[in-house]
Amino acid sequence: MNEAATSAAAPANAMIDMFHVEKWYGDFQALTDINLSVRKGEKIVLCGPSGSGKSTLIRCINHLEGYQKGEIRVGGTRLGDDARTIDAVRREVGMVFQHFNLFPHMTVLQNCMLAPMRSLGVGKAQAEATARELLQRVRIAEQAEKYPAQLSGGQQQRVAIARALCMKPKVMLFDEPTSALDPEMVKEVLDTMIALAEEGMTMICVTHEMGFARQVADRVIFMAGGAIVEEAPPEAFFSAPRHERTRKFLGEILQKH
Amino acid sequence: MGEAEFLFLLTGLKWTVLLSLVGFIGGGVFGLAVALLRTSGIAPLERGTASYIALFQGTPLLMQLFVVYYGLALIGLKLDAWVAVAIGFTLHASAYLGEIWRGSIEAVPKGQTEAAKALSLHYLSRMKDVILPQAIRISLPATVGFLVQLIKGTSLAAIVGFTELTRAGNIISNQTFKPLLVFGIVGILYFLICWPLSLYGAHLERRMATASR
Ligand SMILES: Nc1ncnc2c1ncn2[C@@H]1O[C@H](COP(=O)(O)OP(=O)(O)OP(=O)(O)O)[C@@H](O)[C@H]1O
Ligand SMILES: [Mg+2]
Repeated sequence: MNEAATSAAAPANAMIDMFHVEKWYGDFQALTDINLSVRKGEKIVLCGPSGSGKSTLIRCINHLEGYQKGEIRVGGTRLGDDARTIDAVRREVGMVFQHFNLFPHMTVLQNCMLAPMRSLGVGKAQAEATARELLQRVRIAEQAEKYPAQLSGGQQQRVAIARALCMKPKVMLFDEPTSALDPEMVKEVLDTMIALAEEGMTMICVTHEMGFARQVADRVIFMAGGAIVEEAPPEAFFSAPRHERTRKFLGEILQKH
Repeated sequence: MGEAEFLFLLTGLKWTVLLSLVGFIGGGVFGLAVALLRTSGIAPLERGTASYIALFQGTPLLMQLFVVYYGLALIGLKLDAWVAVAIGFTLHASAYLGEIWRGSIEAVPKGQTEAAKALSLHYLSRMKDVILPQAIRISLPATVGFLVQLIKGTSLAAIVGFTELTRAGNIISNQTFKPLLVFGIVGILYFLICWPLSLYGAHLERRMATASR
């Protein structure tokens, strides 16, 4: 179809492209003129005060939220309002939520097998093999037969990461993956994310874990009031923030941690 | 009151159970459809099913049976009593079950749908694999409660000539002139079906209350 034509306009190795994206909830503008290009293998950390539109931005990428203006492309597919492109994009994009959102009536293994079987048409044996392999990778293989409620928050979040990875996504989106966790469990989830980053996954992480940002981010993006205010590599972002709002935000965050 | 009379009551009981089953199965199938349309996110379908629910919850079952059996006969559509009652109970039960299940579907946390969408699961799989198994669990106490109401409601089928348990009791009591004894037995028979169901419903409710803690 015309996908080749549209992706030709974007840089050859762009994984995600957002051009002049605008989003409203009724009269309220949640995103204003968002322009963001994420290269293959790039790690982005997205931060900003509560209500600044971080979740809205990443939820537009897999169309959990629609947008009204501009254009989003994921891996060359232009994300429209139609089921076909939404589906194509969702198959390439994994997402991890603040509250894990595991399916409580299924075991850990079933959680990981469902989507590959239902939406990729993978066979049962293959789905199970992949699931066990990925559970191994997030170091939780021994819990495969348990139900989510029997696991700690950190374990549940690692299962959620494995579940998303079972779809073999090209991009992973994280929406504050550690902010619902007890402090002693934050590290195990961050370590899993760091390992994933080191394997070359393209990642956009909404997080206020500035240590994580320093260690893995290629770029840190600061949002306020629905717009991108500042973006820079982590060293520059933390040592020499250019905007007053960024400085104020960093001051508050560093005080808290 | 002899053995023959008692057997006659048991035949009535059989019809009561069959009517309940018809209502429950018909109501279950159409109720699921109503619940799914009601939560479809497509405005005209949601409004349509909302009106359907309001109509059948807002009018007496007796009147609904009356309309289906006698009303349709007036305009030339003469239905068999069985068919009329099956339609009447299905309409009635599908409105109630549809509303119960709509509530249960909406009670499943939104994050479940979002996670399923993010995993690129289609509507059918989202419902069948993720939402409905949880919604059904949530709805069980109310569903069982409605089933008990439905069983007792089947006595209304007598108006279209059905000899279910209550009407059977009426007939026997007129023959034997022992209304107290006969309706005592009829009451016990209803109780024997409904009570275990009520207990089961209460048990489910307790189990859910502990599970959600
Ligand atoms: N479904 C919705 N309807 C209306 N307004 C919404 C909706 N979702 C979000 N908003 C508004 O959009 C703005 C951005 O919300 P968003 O959740 O993206 O912020 P955030 O940066 O992720 O904040 P937080 O750090 O609290 O998660 C907020 O003002 C919020 O109130
Ligand atoms: Mg958020």
